[in-house]
Amino acid sequence: MIPGPFDYQVASSVAEAIALLDQHGADAKVLAGGHSLIPLLRFRLASPAVLVDINRLRDLEYMQEADGTLHIGALTREVDLEASDLIRRRYPILADTARVIADPVVRNWATIGGNLAHADPANDHPATMLALGAQLVATGPTGQRLIPIEQFFTDSSFETTLQPNELLTEIRIPAPAERSGGAYLKLERKVGDYAIAGVAAYVVLDGAGHVTYAGIGLTNVGPTPIKARAAEQLLRGSTLDDAVIAQAARQAAAEAQPVSDLRGPADYKRAMVETLTMRALRQARSRATGGA
Amino acid sequence: MSIHHIRVTINGKLYEGDVEARTLLVHWLRDSLRLTGTHIGCDTSSCGACTILVDGKAVKSCTMLAVQADGRELLTVEGLEQNGKLHPLQEGFHVEHALQCGYCTPGMMMAALALLKRNPDPSEQEIREGISGNLCRCTGYVNIVKAIQYAAQKLREPQPEQVPAGSGGGGE
Ligand SMILES: Cc1cc2nc3c(=O)[nH]c(=O)nc-3n(C[C@H](O)[C@H](O)[C@H](O)COP(=O)(O)OP(=O)(O)OC[C@H]3O[C@@H](n4cnc5c(N)ncnc54)[C@H](O)[C@@H]3O)c2cc1C
Ligand code: FES
Ligand code: FES
Repeated sequence: MIPGPFDYQVASSVAEAIALLDQHGADAKVLAGGHSLIPLLRFRLASPAVLVDINRLRDLEYMQEADGTLHIGALTREVDLEASDLIRRRYPILADTARVIADPVVRNWATIGGNLAHADPANDHPATMLALGAQLVATGPTGQRLIPIEQFFTDSSFETTLQPNELLTEIRIPAPAERSGGAYLKLERKVGDYAIAGVAAYVVLDGAGHVTYAGIGLTNVGPTPIKARAAEQLLRGSTLDDAVIAQAARQAAAEAQPVSDLRGPADYKRAMVETLTMRALRQARSRATGGA
Repeated sequence: MSIHHIRVTINGKLYEGDVEARTLLVHWLRDSLRLTGTHIGCDTSSCGACTILVDGKAVKSCTMLAVQADGRELLTVEGLEQNGKLHPLQEGFHVEHALQCGYCTPGMMMAALALLKRNPDPSEQEIREGISGNLCRCTGYVNIVKAIQYAAQKLREPQPEQVPAGSGGGGE
């Protein structure tokens, strides 16, 4: 189908993009990779009056570590995350995530910023960012503000706390501590599909092997991306043995809010959250202790 | 609704035109330029029949606006053949019998071309991953994989004539 009518403006700088958003307010939408937005326009599920194309903002495409933080430009394409040596080596959970998103042709254009800003509970990056405790940089007419990821999504699907005149410009992830590791596991019906269920797990251990940080995020088992707080709580202070992992996995399944749909019945999805959480935590433990 | 004058290099030739902002790139190619080798197989960005290269990167041209192509270099299936000689991918699809109805074939070849530019010697698994955004309802993929292997080998051999410059290679 053909999208309804809209005006199109191409931004040649971040400042220009923000000025355009400020001018048009809620009538405008940012066009990044377009691989969620253009399908919505085609189905006429979205009908913005103005599209602000940010694809020419090459200065929003980067990945670099500085001051104990990984900085990722919002316009970084999935293909570049997936191929990055830095990401594969230091942030395998991010490489796990990027490579299971859609298919390679989609990943050429799809951006990490769009994946988060779209706030689709079926998207894969939100769970990983919830597990990692990421911070997002929103840039607006009066400057930048930092939004912790758990305050970025609201209680409604497809909604964030970004203001209409703000651009998501950067994602910040704490650099890995010495004994830390994470993994993202996704169960899909067929290659390139959204998750039946997905689980991101990230842990940091102290010298004695006790958990000092635990993050668990769930994909596509509720109206929003879910942070499994009670499961995280169970892990904190533990030695991350198999028994506590099994207990946390049961808890994460209890925190999921799946509904029955074409991808399967709710009970099945809940059971899959338990299994995936168990596997993701074991892999996170293995990576935290020097394994693959 | 804004109308935009765009200038786009396609298969080495410059095309210009006025497009509505909402015009999808695939519709401009097919309906305005009559480059109908690029197909449309779905409404959901899933099938890959519309795959072309934009600045060397494969894209589903049903999920990009024509106006976004302004100033860029495109390669469509019509640009594969050079001086009456089939591209090794086209030859491979022919020799290995990699099509039945042929609907998926243009997109399949363009996705394969993008893969081979990045990875000239892919394993079978890498080929299957590389074309996983392209659906074929007929062949079962076995011969498509063979055709891409055929092309990969042929492209790795020293060539008397090079694949044309400006064929969208080399990235942005
Ligand atoms: C066939 C297919 C399969 C897919 N499968 C998966 C999958 O398995 N997993 C998955 O996670 N995703 C999947 N996707 C979605 C894909 O990853 C999208 O690209 C992604 O959700 C949105 O990123 P984008 O850059 O394309 O953003 P766009 O589509 O351009 O934008 C999406 C939304 O975010 C807003 N936005 C974008 N960037 C910014 C910014 N910097 N600041 C403020 N707002 C912004 C836009 O205004 C829009 O509302 C699939 C898509 C397709 C077509
Ligand atoms: S027509 Fe199906 S992906 Fe473009
Ligand atoms: S040959 Fe018919 S769809 Fe592939």
